[in-house]
Amino acid sequence: MSAPPHAIVSYRTFIIIWVLLLLLTGVTVAVSRVHLGALNIWAALGIASLKSALVIFFFMHLKYERPIFKICLLTALVTLALFIGLTFFDVLYR
Amino acid sequence: MTQETTDPGSRGFLADGGKYPGLLGWIFSTDHKRIGLLYLYAVLSFFLVGVALGLIIRLELIAPGETIMSAQAYNALFTVHGVIMIFLFIIPGIPAIFGNIFLPIHIGANDVSFPRLNLFSWWLYMIAALIILASLFTGGGPPDTGWTFYVPFSAETTTNVPMAVFGVFILGFSSILTGINFVTTVHRLRAPGVNWGRLPLFIWSLYATAWVQILATPMLAITLVLLLAERLLGAGLFDPASGGDPIMFQHLFWIYSHPAVYIMILPGMGIVTEIIPVFARKPVFGYWAIAFSSIGIAAAGSLVWGHHMFVSGMSDMAVLVFSLLTFIVAIPSAIKVFNWVATLYKGSISLDPPMLFALSFIFLFCIGGLTGLILGSAATDVHVHDTAFVVGHFHYVMFGGTGFAFFGGLHYWLPKICGRMYNKRIATIAWGIMFAGFNILYFSMMILGLRGMPRRYYDYLPEYTDLNLVSTVGSWILAAGLLLMFVNLLRGARSGPPAGANPWGGLTLEWTLSSPPQAENFVNIPVVEHGPYDYDKVSPP
Amino acid sequence: MSDKGHPAPHKDYTGAKLGMWLFLYTEVLLFGGLFVLYAVYLHRYPQEFTTAAGQLNMYLGAANTVVLLTGSLLVALAVSAIRLGNSRLAQQLLWGGAVSGVLFLVNKYIEWSTEISHGIYPGSPVLAQRDQGESVFFGLYYLTLGLHGLHVLIGTIILATVAVMSAKGTINQNEFVVLENSGLYWHLVDLVWIFIFPLYYLLL
Repeated sequence: MSAPPHAIVSYRTFIIIWVLLLLLTGVTVAVSRVHLGALNIWAALGIASLKSALVIFFFMHLKYERPIFKICLLTALVTLALFIGLTFFDVLYR
Repeated sequence: MTQETTDPGSRGFLADGGKYPGLLGWIFSTDHKRIGLLYLYAVLSFFLVGVALGLIIRLELIAPGETIMSAQAYNALFTVHGVIMIFLFIIPGIPAIFGNIFLPIHIGANDVSFPRLNLFSWWLYMIAALIILASLFTGGGPPDTGWTFYVPFSAETTTNVPMAVFGVFILGFSSILTGINFVTTVHRLRAPGVNWGRLPLFIWSLYATAWVQILATPMLAITLVLLLAERLLGAGLFDPASGGDPIMFQHLFWIYSHPAVYIMILPGMGIVTEIIPVFARKPVFGYWAIAFSSIGIAAAGSLVWGHHMFVSGMSDMAVLVFSLLTFIVAIPSAIKVFNWVATLYKGSISLDPPMLFALSFIFLFCIGGLTGLILGSAATDVHVHDTAFVVGHFHYVMFGGTGFAFFGGLHYWLPKICGRMYNKRIATIAWGIMFAGFNILYFSMMILGLRGMPRRYYDYLPEYTDLNLVSTVGSWILAAGLLLMFVNLLRGARSGPPAGANPWGGLTLEWTLSSPPQAENFVNIPVVEHGPYDYDKVSPP
Repeated sequence: MSDKGHPAPHKDYTGAKLGMWLFLYTEVLLFGGLFVLYAVYLHRYPQEFTTAAGQLNMYLGAANTVVLLTGSLLVALAVSAIRLGNSRLAQQLLWGGAVSGVLFLVNKYIEWSTEISHGIYPGSPVLAQRDQGESVFFGLYYLTLGLHGLHVLIGTIILATVAVMSAKGTINQNEFVVLENSGLYWHLVDLVWIFIFPLYYLLL
């Protein structure tokens, strides 16, 4: 029943991703020092999401997994987003 | 595809304990059937404790004023009744017992994906249960917050809330691990030929339930951690005096606890969907509609938690949105009911005990579901909020729904599990007594609620006396029915006549095995060539 | 633990990983509850949150980000190394990952002891004097980072365990799903931190 595992990811790919992650960390610090008002928090979240995507797709091999793994992850994230979103129907209008 | 059975008198997995003797062969067994039975014994014990507490609560309410206990004792009783019934009986009930025993068999597998994790879940369940029970006798006395542990009261009361909360926290992990196990098993261990369209609908409902367990239970865990931090560290996150918001506790709590309602009812619906085609001798009507309505209920049901909070001080906008979403859940629920009824239409119906429970499920669930709409609609909810109407409503859904489905499952599968048949006539009588007692007990409560009697009070105004008396008498009738049913089942399991491999003529895979099944379910993994309800194409083995 | 009569537990590589991923979703939602609270209270107390966040040590936070990202890299490399048959390198990388966890915790210890010595901890008299929003911020800060720190600690122990298992040969070129799953857990710890860092240390 054991399915053939996905391809082995090269050391080089991982190191490139790591460099990108460090660069993005620098960017997020730099952006946070500029006053953008409400945009600051969205920029921070945007960059954090980008970094997460890199970790998930490469370090965690999601890019190489079968579709079911991706669908399940999407389900979990959408659920969390809905939980936060629906709570804000209360918080925003109170 | 009939499995070669061992000698007919064999006790199957009941005798074959693996490498440990006696009791150890049970509590350290990784056989999913044995784990299911371990859950059965534990869950039923707690159920009986819960029933006893419920009877005492009803007895206190037989007359106005202090009848047999103080207000504080009453508070503790309804709290403990709720915690035990919800967290120890009804949430783990069907998935952990019947799910464990029949999920692998239904998909043609020999066990779940992670058998050791499965055993670990049971251990967690038992440890948590002991902690919860210990909370009654230690510290500042049994918790008196109601099973919802609302702040600010739960953060201030001197009773033993932290211990009970910690127990429920551990229970959450047990539930999560079961969910992970079931989803993985359904994805990975289906036998050849068991494609998604041939999955028994019980499995579809367990699959949807498992997803809710995975995605919602962590919210309960973190809420309880926050409550502990509030009490033990004074974190102040829910305390208005230090900037917190108590309504956020309600949000987080119901983000789990409303989906939990569907963790409770979905598997019950699954059992009913198994029973009806078997006893109507017809293919189930609208297979895909029922399958997807399970997913639909799980999905929509996760987004309606706010309807518990209409009068909490939440924003009007949120009230509107959650009220609308609540009505949406009615759609997949109704789809199920219509499909069950359509399956019955022109069927060759035999009214054996499991079928009686399934039919009464439909009736009671409809009452519970429709009164749910009264509560889901913000305008009417304001009037009946926190009245006995709510108590009546959720007992119709949880007990009349899930409870009756659970008993239906017991009557349907007990011959398979034990290899012996109970006395069907007594079972039918017991069902009749329970059905009558149930309606007397809870319908009176709903009327009382509409007339304005609040819930969670040990005392009431004299004008509510008559119906409270009726309700309490109903509780005795229901208890008598329960007693008769359990005695009958127990006697049947011990000394009933042999049931044979397929007493009901079912088409799902468990009926191809001997009763009780042997330790390894399938000597050869079966190849399935028909759907689980194809009575028009194949005749039962 | 396989029972007599039961066939030996089958090996299901994909199943094991699917189970791990499902477990990770529960972790995401566990932290999700805290992020729900964060979002709500940030919305309610934007000014107080920035003031409070300004008192956190951004440099220690950034240093810990680099530590965790590097730890993640080492563990990701270890998975490739073991599959290429280089168990020795894999063990070294895993120990490196464990060291990154310890470094993180030491850093955290320094940070927290400084803050606590300033009287900033949940329910402290100093915080009771401040704005309510600040008190909420620090309450969330300690809970979220405490829970995360607990995960780092568990992750570190797991990495050390799989390093030993690799040395013993229990984890090898053909049997590496335990290592992969441990790696997944470690990356999750990293993921949570990726969100914690800007939300708590970089508010301005």
